[in-house]
Amino acid sequence: MNDYFSYLHDNAGTIGGLLRAHTYLSVVPVVLGLLIALPLGAIADTKRWLMTPLLATAGALYSLPSLALLLLLPIILGTQILDSVNLIIALTIYTVALLLRGVIDGLGSVPDHVKLAAVGLGYSPLRRLFAVDLPIAVPVVTAGVRVATVANVSLVSVGSIIGLNGLGELFTRGFQTNDYNMIVTGIVLSVLLAFTLDAIIVTAQRLLTPWARAAAGAGR
Amino acid sequence: MPHNRPYARQGADLSPRLRTIMGDRVRKDRQGVVLIEFESVSKRYDDGTVAVDNLSLTAANGEITVLVGPSGCGKTTSLRMINRTIAVTSGRILVDGDDIRSVDAVKLRRGIGYVIQQAGLFPHRTVLDNVTTVPRLLGVDRREANKRGMELLERVGLDPHLARRYPVQLSGGQQQRVGVARALAADPSIMLMDEPFSAVDPVVRMGLQDEFLRLQQDLGKTIVFVTHDIDEAVKLGDKVAVLEVGGRLAQFDSPANLLSKPVDEFVEQFIGRDRGYRALGFLPASELPLQDLNATAIGPGAKTFPRSGSLRAALDAALTSSDGRAFALDDDGTAIGLISQSEISAFIVTKHAAVS
Repeated sequence: MNDYFSYLHDNAGTIGGLLRAHTYLSVVPVVLGLLIALPLGAIADTKRWLMTPLLATAGALYSLPSLALLLLLPIILGTQILDSVNLIIALTIYTVALLLRGVIDGLGSVPDHVKLAAVGLGYSPLRRLFAVDLPIAVPVVTAGVRVATVANVSLVSVGSIIGLNGLGELFTRGFQTNDYNMIVTGIVLSVLLAFTLDAIIVTAQRLLTPWARAAAGAGR
Repeated sequence: MPHNRPYARQGADLSPRLRTIMGDRVRKDRQGVVLIEFESVSKRYDDGTVAVDNLSLTAANGEITVLVGPSGCGKTTSLRMINRTIAVTSGRILVDGDDIRSVDAVKLRRGIGYVIQQAGLFPHRTVLDNVTTVPRLLGVDRREANKRGMELLERVGLDPHLARRYPVQLSGGQQQRVGVARALAADPSIMLMDEPFSAVDPVVRMGLQDEFLRLQQDLGKTIVFVTHDIDEAVKLGDKVAVLEVGGRLAQFDSPANLLSKPVDEFVEQFIGRDRGYRALGFLPASELPLQDLNATAIGPGAKTFPRSGSLRAALDAALTSSDGRAFALDDDGTAIGLISQSEISAFIVTKHAAVS
């Protein structure tokens, strides 16, 4: 055990750097994915005929094997194989694929009478989207964001197979050198990171949707 | 919709003859009239269904005009064409003499109060924020909007403590009150109400209807009210439009006329049973020939009715009292006379003969 702590102590700087990189690579695609999925979902919500093709495309993209995508992207984009942009783009694609359904379902969860009231009271379509539809969709969308974030934390590890920074490096190097300290640290930190990010999202959602808790309290 | 259309000025410029023709309109306009006129309005959908068929009627200033009919009669469609949440296929709707299509739809809607079934409250906003929706959309600052919002909550009979609650924490009846307060918040001259009281239980509904009538006495809005319930229509409406499936206007009349003179079998059937008895609700009891009290005291089990009330109340009192006689009360609640069942029916017979 002492060995382990001295390992942590000696490698704190490296491990910290990997953790930071891992966090960055997990979170940025979620933010980008949300920024893409929200307008796409909003468009699908008004142009119903777009919904099926959009969701089918999202499903197809999600089924792409991650490793293959990571090797393909540099060829398509002309980027360096070790450029982290590849990973960010790949994960953004997965995130959009995951979140799109959530956004569509979330906007669909706005009751018809609420939409009708919003229109009838004089909301313009765009204002209604931001002031009424999206806020009401937050709980459903957030459920998707949580899944996407946790999935990203685990997918970033795959990036280390092709040599990208992240906690996955602790697995690849640990296996190569039979260093169990590294492997255990990698696993523990990955899990902790996923937990922490999830907790942050849940807290943010609670702050954003006090009304959802009121609904739960009212027992309906 | 601005309600300061310069009709008064127009009226002053009119020739005497034209003024006689437009008389009613000009006079009302001077008081800031808001008329809603349907001119041969139809709504056909692409699949060929006709929801509203050549509807022409006028919802008068400061009155409650009720659209009533079975489902599929186009009553909600007609209502929603006024705030352009449904587009007219042919014909015109005029508000204040202006075609509603001459104004931007979003602006038009902000000037029209709108109350719907299930209230349509925003679940993510507090009661107060719901009520202040339209003023906020119009750019009124938050403090002023909130002040007016709190006044309105009180006006519709809601405890100010509920202001910070969310809609889901309220009962159905309370939610409907919030819906009414929200529709009134920007003080529109027109209110559209689409089955606002249908989703609550009968007892709450009666209370809401009574309060709504009291509120309207103060406010004098031009109201178009949709319901499938003929009793509600007759109770609330100054004028009632009975619509048939297919969107045809069967009869547009005062509640009393509707009950006493239905124009056809459809209207008669729709009004339902007991219409003769219900029609008595629109005849005053003030002309009933009363017997002198002669020191007859109001004993236990005796029934009373207000002299200023309806014949229906008087007859009901007489029918349910143990000796077939009922006491008339004046506005202060003092007994001023007696009348029997047979005297009431004799009175109705002479009244009826006089009418027909």
